Amino acid sequence: METLVFDYRDGKPVPASNRPPALVGVVGSGNLEVLVEAHDLSGAARVEVVTAATGFRPIWQAVLDDFFNRHAPSNILISINDVGATPAVVSLRLDQAMEAFKAGGAA
Amino acid sequence: MSSYYEASARERLLGLLDEGSFQEILPPSARISSPHLRQLDTPAAFDDGIIVGKGLLDGKPVLAAAQEGGFMGGAVGEVHGAKLTGLLERALDEKPAAVLLLVESGGVRLHEANAGLIAVSEIMRAILAVRAAGIPVFVLDGGQFGCFGGMGIASRLCDAVVMSEEGRLGLSGPEVIETTMGVEEFDSRDRALVWRTLGGKHRYLLGEAAGIVPDAIAAFRDAAIGLLRQAQAPDLSLAAMQAEHRRLANRLERFGQCRDAIDIWRSLGIEEPAGLPLLEIPEFVARTQDRRA
Amino acid sequence: MRDWDTTTRNRDQRLARAAPLTRGKVVQADDATALLEAVLEPGDRVCLEGNNQKQADFLAKVLAGLDPAQVHDLHMVQSVLALPEHLDVFEKGIASKLDFSFSGPQAGRLAKLLAGGQLSIGAIHTYLELFGRYFTDLTPRIALVAAQAADAAGNLYTGPNTEDTPVIVEATCFKRGIVIAQVNELVDQVPRVDIPGGWVDFVIQSPKPHYIEPLFTRDPAQISEIQVLMAMMVIKGIYAEYEVNRLNHGIGFDTAAIELLLPTYAERLGLRGKICRHWALNPHPALIPAIEAGFVQSVHSFGSELGMEDYIRARPDVFFTGPDGSMRSNRALCQAAGHYACDLFIGSTLQIDLTGNSSTATLGRIAGFGGAPNMGADARGRRHASPTWLKAGREARDGSGLTPRGQKLVVQMVETFREHMQPAFVEKLDAWELAENAGMDLPPVMIYGEDVSHIVTEEGIANLLLCRGEEEREQAIRGVAGYTPVGLARDRRAVENLRDRGIIRRPEDLGIDKREATRDLLAARTVKDLVRASGGLYDPPKRFRNW
Repeated sequence: METLVFDYRDGKPVPASNRPPALVGVVGSGNLEVLVEAHDLSGAARVEVVTAATGFRPIWQAVLDDFFNRHAPSNILISINDVGATPAVVSLRLDQAMEAFKAGGAA
Repeated sequence: MSSYYEASARERLLGLLDEGSFQEILPPSARISSPHLRQLDTPAAFDDGIIVGKGLLDGKPVLAAAQEGGFMGGAVGEVHGAKLTGLLERALDEKPAAVLLLVESGGVRLHEANAGLIAVSEIMRAILAVRAAGIPVFVLDGGQFGCFGGMGIASRLCDAVVMSEEGRLGLSGPEVIETTMGVEEFDSRDRALVWRTLGGKHRYLLGEAAGIVPDAIAAFRDAAIGLLRQAQAPDLSLAAMQAEHRRLANRLERFGQCRDAIDIWRSLGIEEPAGLPLLEIPEFVARTQDRRA
Repeated sequence: MRDWDTTTRNRDQRLARAAPLTRGKVVQADDATALLEAVLEPGDRVCLEGNNQKQADFLAKVLAGLDPAQVHDLHMVQSVLALPEHLDVFEKGIASKLDFSFSGPQAGRLAKLLAGGQLSIGAIHTYLELFGRYFTDLTPRIALVAAQAADAAGNLYTGPNTEDTPVIVEATCFKRGIVIAQVNELVDQVPRVDIPGGWVDFVIQSPKPHYIEPLFTRDPAQISEIQVLMAMMVIKGIYAEYEVNRLNHGIGFDTAAIELLLPTYAERLGLRGKICRHWALNPHPALIPAIEAGFVQSVHSFGSELGMEDYIRARPDVFFTGPDGSMRSNRALCQAAGHYACDLFIGSTLQIDLTGNSSTATLGRIAGFGGAPNMGADARGRRHASPTWLKAGREARDGSGLTPRGQKLVVQMVETFREHMQPAFVEKLDAWELAENAGMDLPPVMIYGEDVSHIVTEEGIANLLLCRGEEEREQAIRGVAGYTPVGLARDRRAVENLRDRGIIRRPEDLGIDKREATRDLLAARTVKDLVRASGGLYDPPKRFRNW
């Protein structure tokens, strides 16, 4: 198990800080759960990953960089429990979670 | 048509209850997860694999829980079990119209087995207390991992079980039976055998499942509403218990020599028993009408 | 004077030794060991029928049980090593040399035996090559084959799983070799004659029916949403654009997803009747919904698939069936069709390098090739044209000044990472190290990069036909390699340039909304849905049921 933390700045504000959290995905083999919560981080965004697959920090960094280029959220905390999901699945769940969060709740 | 079998526990629960009515208790953001799994260097889930809360079904207030088979096979750990027990105990205070258990569980979580075993006994006691208070507890079983072990027992303590054909209900799972009794007794890789022994259709014919539905969230919802509308106080008297035991003894007497579920179906007087697994649910129900054990 | 008749006289001697064991052509199973001892001579070239589905398993057991003091140094020539007995004969010293095509299930043990010096490998072939060599320098002296039924005259009914039997028997019989068939049943009259009795010397009823592996059944429940996305890209970005009508699919879940999207996604794009009409393909259960929806006009098969018998029998307009109604398959002819008469091959692989070479070879396993290299190779001998073939040829050659000709579409479809985060894209294939360790002449490349026209990943489609030069090709491959080290090392500007030129196309470039890529788009999500689609005619093997 490995815990990875990534911080991003200069994102665009996601309107309304009182949105309910959103959760997508399941903590099962090759899958992950993504929890998105509004969080006052002075305009920053933070991703906390707990993963069963160790040694993949550079790949998480690259996947999350692309995610932030797509969505650029701010004041958001994204928490992930991962069981060795591939980058394709991670990207998909992140997009689904942001969509669910913007729609106002669980997917 | 949205498949119940393929849906996550969260999707099932949201689809089952009246739209927008569900309020989760201890949601993922509360991060009440297993303290044991982290120590064992094993991934944990924010909700420990069970979603509990309240909502409306057919406009009536209910409490509901859904186990997530995708996380450790829905196995019961300490937190998971405590959330379920707590929900049941809450029913004693809130007096909802019913408690719905969307089960999917392989039994006790081996990583925290002692705590899990205690949790299962607490769940059972709580189920009986809720029923004794006149609140019906209904089980819905149609997930990929079935319902086995402690949750298998707990399910049969409830007022009624509704299954899909894909759902399974039993005490020991197929692999456990094969390991202890040998492959000649039960070949767990023979999936047709597994399902005709443990699956929804057989459980329905034996009377262990009160209803059988196609694999769709909407079908489970309709069945749950049906149970809710017909709900009446259970007869928990000694006489009723003794009658139930006599019924089970008769059943054993009648079918104890059967080698296969198909033999049981044949002796129930069902025509073309070998063809039952292929029938769609409405046809199956029609074909077996008045033939259930 | 030179003697021109030695093989015939040798054959007669062998038959004479066997004569006491037979009544007509029929030999009892208990006498099988004695029969093989009578007809085999040390050093014989033996074809033990091992297909990738049907196995002459009883004869394999008998052969592996012979006394190596009496029968030794056999040279085994067979397409597939599937059963433990196929290698037991080497371990026990009964056989010493091997020429084959595919050894998937026994690949690890084969590598160990080779390293231990217990056998030598002549060559690893594709199916068509090995069959070709049966008629040149690797003609079997003895063939041990499997059939469904035989009559007293030795006529064989091979049934739906005919597979390799005709090619083996033809090569052996007409070079004066000896053909021994194990059959599931002896009957008065076979339903149809797949192998004439005059080509068969002995038939033995095996104690148990021969084993058949349901190799081509893919449970739709295991298809992921990523595979649905890739299948959408293939249908819209390749099948529709090239009007692909004659094709072969690999056996993976990726291609099963394509089959299951035809009645839904392709139908919505208005492609019924315009794509996917003629197939060189085993009867994949996943193709049932597309057949029922009217996409498919014909399917010719290498072998059959368990459970599909009644469905095939009820769809003679689509499948190749005999007068008795059951299917006739033929691996050699279907491979030829796949190589020469198909416009597209699509399949998956384990590793792809920077020039597009792909391989399923991994260290410590000698798995061989099977059919993919024949189908996944441009047929340079092809002369007849089709719109698909011409368009691919134009894309590859426009502006080059080369003589115009067509080209086959050879598509590799992979997720950038396999399970356990193994990257599908690598700088160097494991095949190189395997070749070195095993003393092979060449690295075992499954499909050569020069034959690959497109690579499809969840990141998009790379059209290698349009690439000019090795540098462009490398960047096109890196450009769809996602977050693998190969992908992360791409030149971002070069990749954007390739995207502008349509050489790399992302899902959004194809007008595909990723959110639509869910399992709801599959025409069947379970094996039971396939049974439903077949009108109850498909009877899946027990292991694929959950009812």
